[in-house]
Amino acid sequence: MLEVALQHRWPGGFTLDVAFTAPPGVTALFGPSGCGKSTILAAVAGLMRPDAGRVTLDGAPWQDSTTRQHLPAERRGCGLVFQDARLFPHLSVRSNLEYGARRAPADRPAGPGFGAVVEMLGIGALLDRRPAGLSGGERQRVALGRALLSRPRLLLLDEPLAALDTARRAEVLPFLARLRDAAPAPILYVTHALEEVDALADHLVLLQAGRVQAAGPLEDLAARTNLPQLTNRRDAGAVLACTLAGHDAERGLSTLHFAGGALRVALRPEAPGTALRLRIRARDVAVATRQPEAISVQNILPAEVTAIDPAGPHEVFLRLGIGPATLLARITRDAVARLELAPGKSVFALIKSVSFDRAR
Amino acid sequence: MPPTPTPRYVPLKITLRNTRPAMPFALASEEWQAIRLSLLVAGQAVVWSLPPAVLVAWLLARTRFPGRGALDALTHLPLVLPPVVTGWLLLVLLGLRGPLGAPLHEWLGIRLVFTTAGAALATAVMTFPLIVRAVRLSLEALDPGLEAAARSLGAGAWDRFLTITLPLVSPGILAGAVTAFAAGLGEFGAVITFAANIPGETQTLPLAIYAATQTPGGEAVAARLALCSLALAVAGLLLAEALARRLNRWLGRA
Repeated sequence: MLEVALQHRWPGGFTLDVAFTAPPGVTALFGPSGCGKSTILAAVAGLMRPDAGRVTLDGAPWQDSTTRQHLPAERRGCGLVFQDARLFPHLSVRSNLEYGARRAPADRPAGPGFGAVVEMLGIGALLDRRPAGLSGGERQRVALGRALLSRPRLLLLDEPLAALDTARRAEVLPFLARLRDAAPAPILYVTHALEEVDALADHLVLLQAGRVQAAGPLEDLAARTNLPQLTNRRDAGAVLACTLAGHDAERGLSTLHFAGGALRVALRPEAPGTALRLRIRARDVAVATRQPEAISVQNILPAEVTAIDPAGPHEVFLRLGIGPATLLARITRDAVARLELAPGKSVFALIKSVSFDRAR
Repeated sequence: MPPTPTPRYVPLKITLRNTRPAMPFALASEEWQAIRLSLLVAGQAVVWSLPPAVLVAWLLARTRFPGRGALDALTHLPLVLPPVVTGWLLLVLLGLRGPLGAPLHEWLGIRLVFTTAGAALATAVMTFPLIVRAVRLSLEALDPGLEAAARSLGAGAWDRFLTITLPLVSPGILAGAVTAFAAGLGEFGAVITFAANIPGETQTLPLAIYAATQTPGGEAVAARLALCSLALAVAGLLLAEALARRLNRWLGRA
């Protein structure tokens, strides 16, 4: 468990005042540019000394301004991956990978070995090359390997995909997922892309102008309607954890189980039993007061309206309870009036499509 | 302790024999001596000034401390002062009765004025800012993010400096060293003021050329030595170019 509390004031007047905890797994620091995410990472890594603050990992203090304690960056054991890969240009890929590994004290969590990391990231063919000859995606993969091989106590990823184009991003993202699964250390992941949060993170710290707006498990925050940073986006919607129950190859469908019921989706490549996470966008959910017939929508689930929250001048978010799970639906105020929707009313939720975020 | 030689001031004079060599372009032994001495003085000057110059460049490029501006100005002083003044200051400081020269001579037996070592020291002081400037430019162009990355990977200050910073600024160090060496071959004012013009001891190429031009019938000698200077300069530049290419290839910048 990483505990962070930081205060810093810049000459220009911008102040950072945040406190959050990061449990094991991936914690995403999410927010717009200039909200202080990267500063938090630099302070946790020890590369920047904030005016005041305290950083502890599993109870061991790295920094405490009340006792003037400050563990130097080189002894913290933070595997850092930057936007620009920052590979050492005068060293081969192999030497880059070994740079941190050679300097890692023996008391650190071991993690995967050299061969395993090279295979996992698909960089075996690059080992004898120099960084200058690599593509952006290859460089970023090598940087991930270098950080992982330094036997880090904590992995800090600072927008590792931001400098890549869409195609390269799609190339590197699966490797990030593998890194997450292989890393024995907690990961702090800074990003301003919600797709990456969905794909990788378990926990979310929502930042705005140097303050923590909300923090908690991703599923919980995604189901809230009072976080404009999330709800103002086109892809706002509930995130559900599911298990792949089975395939129906003949009809080209897969069945997923989630806490409130089952969903049928176009055939998935994963094996039955695989844990998946999906995002059901609020604008892809419609409601009906009677069970519709003769309709192409595959998933029609009985639900109960639990709340109606404003989403704009003419629209609302319906919070729909399906068993213990919550879905969001974005509909017009006019529809609310026509269907006489109110908390407690039973409806049918029509889920037009789902997007898959990660194999868990 | 060696017997103390009495300080002497050797007036400008030419000691090249006025005998004509068999071939007009063949160099007399005194002329070879001047070339050898120039190479030695410039080489020693670079070797002596390189480590402190890299340190000062690093301090100026990477740190903020009170007195940084003063250090910057002091470093650049030899570039803007007349070389004769630099030589004179050295003479005042390091002369046998100077505040530094006297203890050096009395306690350690080291005499710098009017010696080859003194010529090298004067040259080193004159070329010091050239190296500092080249290394500093190179350091300022180096992405500090690479050092931060090395730091996060567990490299302490010296480790980082030796494995990341130094290799990556080596083209700048090379450029500074070559410029300093070339300038050192031609250093005149500070050397003649501090170390005088003693053949075989402190009479480097430019001093020998000057002496030749002051001697009736010395034109041929001056021309030969001037040609040698030219050849040395061109060879130095070509060598530096080749080294820089190799270095950049090694650094993966090809």
